[in-house]
Amino acid sequence: MAYPSAATHTGDNYLNHSKGLMSWLKTLDHKRIGLMYLFTVLAFFLIGGIFALIIRLELFKMGGSHLIDANTYNKMFTYHGAIMVFLVIIPAIPGALGNFILPVLVGAKDVAFPRLNLASYYIFVMGAIFAVAALFLRGADTGWTFYTPYSIRTNTTVILVLTGAFIAGFSSILTGLNFIVTVHKLRAPGLTWARLPLFIWAIYATSIIQVLATPVLAITLLLLIMERVLGIGIFDPKLGGDPVLFQHFFWFYSHPAVYIMILPAMGVISEVIPVFSRKPIFGYKAIAYSSFGIALIAFIVWGHHMFVSGQSEFANFVFSLLTMFVAVPTGVKVFSWVGTMFKGSIHFNAPMLYAFGFLELFMIGGLTGVFLATLAINVHMTDTYFVVAHFHYVMVGGTLMGLMAGIHYWFPKMFGRMYSEKAAQIAFWLIIIGFNVTFFPQFILGAQGMPRRYWTYIPEFTTLNRISTVGSWLIAAGFVYAAVYLYKGMKRGKLAPANPWNGLTLEWQTPSPPPHENFHETPVVTSWPYDYLPENTTMIGNS
Amino acid sequence: MFNEAFASSIPLQGTEIAARWDGLYSFLVWLSVFFFILVVGGMLYFIVAYRHQPNKKTKYITGNHLLEGIWIAIPTLLLLVIFGWGYSIYHSMTQPPADAMEVRVIGKQWMWTFQYEDGRTSVGELFVPVNQPVKLVMTSEDVLHSFFVPNFRVKQDVVPGMYTSVWFTATVPGKHQVFCTEYCGTSHSEMLAQVVALDETQWKNWQRNKPIGDIPVAGSEVSVLSGETSQSKVQTKAQAPATESSLVDQGKLVYQNKGCMACHSTDGSRKVGPTLAKLYGSKVELVDGRTVTADENFIRKHIEEPNSATVKGYSPVMPTFKGLISETEMNALIAFIKSLK
Repeated sequence: MAYPSAATHTGDNYLNHSKGLMSWLKTLDHKRIGLMYLFTVLAFFLIGGIFALIIRLELFKMGGSHLIDANTYNKMFTYHGAIMVFLVIIPAIPGALGNFILPVLVGAKDVAFPRLNLASYYIFVMGAIFAVAALFLRGADTGWTFYTPYSIRTNTTVILVLTGAFIAGFSSILTGLNFIVTVHKLRAPGLTWARLPLFIWAIYATSIIQVLATPVLAITLLLLIMERVLGIGIFDPKLGGDPVLFQHFFWFYSHPAVYIMILPAMGVISEVIPVFSRKPIFGYKAIAYSSFGIALIAFIVWGHHMFVSGQSEFANFVFSLLTMFVAVPTGVKVFSWVGTMFKGSIHFNAPMLYAFGFLELFMIGGLTGVFLATLAINVHMTDTYFVVAHFHYVMVGGTLMGLMAGIHYWFPKMFGRMYSEKAAQIAFWLIIIGFNVTFFPQFILGAQGMPRRYWTYIPEFTTLNRISTVGSWLIAAGFVYAAVYLYKGMKRGKLAPANPWNGLTLEWQTPSPPPHENFHETPVVTSWPYDYLPENTTMIGNS
Repeated sequence: MFNEAFASSIPLQGTEIAARWDGLYSFLVWLSVFFFILVVGGMLYFIVAYRHQPNKKTKYITGNHLLEGIWIAIPTLLLLVIFGWGYSIYHSMTQPPADAMEVRVIGKQWMWTFQYEDGRTSVGELFVPVNQPVKLVMTSEDVLHSFFVPNFRVKQDVVPGMYTSVWFTATVPGKHQVFCTEYCGTSHSEMLAQVVALDETQWKNWQRNKPIGDIPVAGSEVSVLSGETSQSKVQTKAQAPATESSLVDQGKLVYQNKGCMACHSTDGSRKVGPTLAKLYGSKVELVDGRTVTADENFIRKHIEEPNSATVKGYSPVMPTFKGLISETEMNALIAFIKSLK
């Protein structure tokens, strides 16, 4: 394979192809839409992050006084959860990185339906506006799970948030559909399924879940809105409804959604590790199939959120058993990633650091997942800080590390410039240390019995809560610093070559940034994307 | 020292099941430590051993089916063992002994009320004798709550419109913290209670409304939750009895006052509706052909929504009592029906 020479910014590329704000707002270019998603998602990440910091600050209990009252606190964690789940973690990698890189990775000019793609973005923004509008009214205080009958009876503006999540769901469905068709129909000549980069496999599996599961959420939220507005008794026992039914409906979507969050991150990690180990991915097929294994099992384990809900012992038996099997394909991926590093030539660039971080955090998140899948252990741990710590390790440790790895990995392709590697390393250490300091103590708090969604707590829990709060400041510092050096890199970083990491996938065979239609000529694929031969150990890089 | 640190990271062992739970939990902790070291340690070793060095060549490896088979098979087996172990403890958690003392629990924003067989009621403190199995039959007046006693390792959601139950045998006297663990609005974090496990003399005194003195936090020499020493003794007052009559007697009053007796006999004779004698726990044939066991949830549902199913041989003529019977009355009524053996 030939590597095109380093690009300059004088040529036509997608960033300078057309100018002006309208050229962005009306763009059909998947790369621009990807960047619009990226900046929108990062803006919500900032808002959701600020709520998290306020939550942690309240729990610090400085001088025993309260920073905010209980009602405000309840709204804060509701907003933190709803924004981070629906507006950050779910759309982040598919919406931003997927949109930007998926068509390039398959050697296409764009996604299958560019106009629909732009519509998906605006639908997402519309959903977000509804959800955020509630902030300026009476807010919402149900937690992101909207459990009935509380969500029917609270006098906060739950309907706006529900409508927002309902609308944003359509964006998720349409994006998934677009990606499925793109992968099926627009692959470059020679790009057989067995040569697809693993990021594509992961996004493809994710898209299937998005298309199949999201409608269930839409129906559930609609039923809840109808119950609140029209008083139809579906979930409220006062009206003859069943509150546990809501939990079944909700988790039937929201459990697969957990894999909508994590699978794309796994895809990023599968790209990054071979490139920076200069070695073929270990067990390509096993990793690709395990994405589907996870996607399949995702649909039949929702009941593990409901072991103490009043669901039957038999249902608990089945859901616990099925949940155990999630760990098998997940283990296959983890072992394969570590196996890829064996006898490699490992480079410590920022994307790879985040891949290391991903493995560390995801191992803890995954292993504590086994605790929670175990029936008796779950009874004690559920709805405590153990669960809070577990899903932050998986969703933040997994998804956010994957997102950061992906942003750093594709940054040169996105902006045609490099960020400061040294700054990136500092930010990484702040984030990874901060993360562990914040969330590891929460496992112990949970084991000791501290329930989640608690505005105040018994004195025994003070020390660990304070440690956790201090950790949150480190994470914040890390992300603020990352925002600064990434912005600088975007504006003034040194020009990036077409292939700074010496990667073999298609995006590295077109200039950085890519031209409007991605490739000057349609690429032809003749080999596997992970064919790192033993002599291929040098890297251009910027370090 | 390590064992002490580990023990202080989990709550006091307040029941036999808690001891079994701790066994499984520590197994999982050690297994996790092993796999964490295997994977992350392996990763760190590779990072150092195979860091980029000029002139050092990589090896072209694309997979190894034997290795992949091993790391599918071993975790699968381990997970099945963990599942079985976890299920066996969970199964014990769901099977109260036949001689369990029943207490009825009503959750409402944001307090816990306990109704005892002898007709008394307490709020925020559940008095139980130590070493006696206790079964809680719980419901909620408003939204979801969850009854969680860390020292006993048990938790159960409390759901409006139905009964759920949980049981325990407290083995350590003293006060055990209760948390509400299902988010229920403004004061969710202050919806606390204590299980007050009393020794034999204290229990007798409490039953006779005599003072029971100060009850310390369970295991307060080695403090329950933090490992710090705390001698805090919270003043405990025996709750005054709500009424002199037992829960069954109160239920009989409900049976008479709400008009149940007009259609349902207690002596086995047939009236407009089926008799309540020997109803509890029996198999009931319905007109639609189903046979169901008349448990608490069945009886409650038939009082609130009589037309949800009709007993074979009878007509669907009973009016609904939804909203006409309070949760405390319902508890008493069901206790009365259960007493008609």
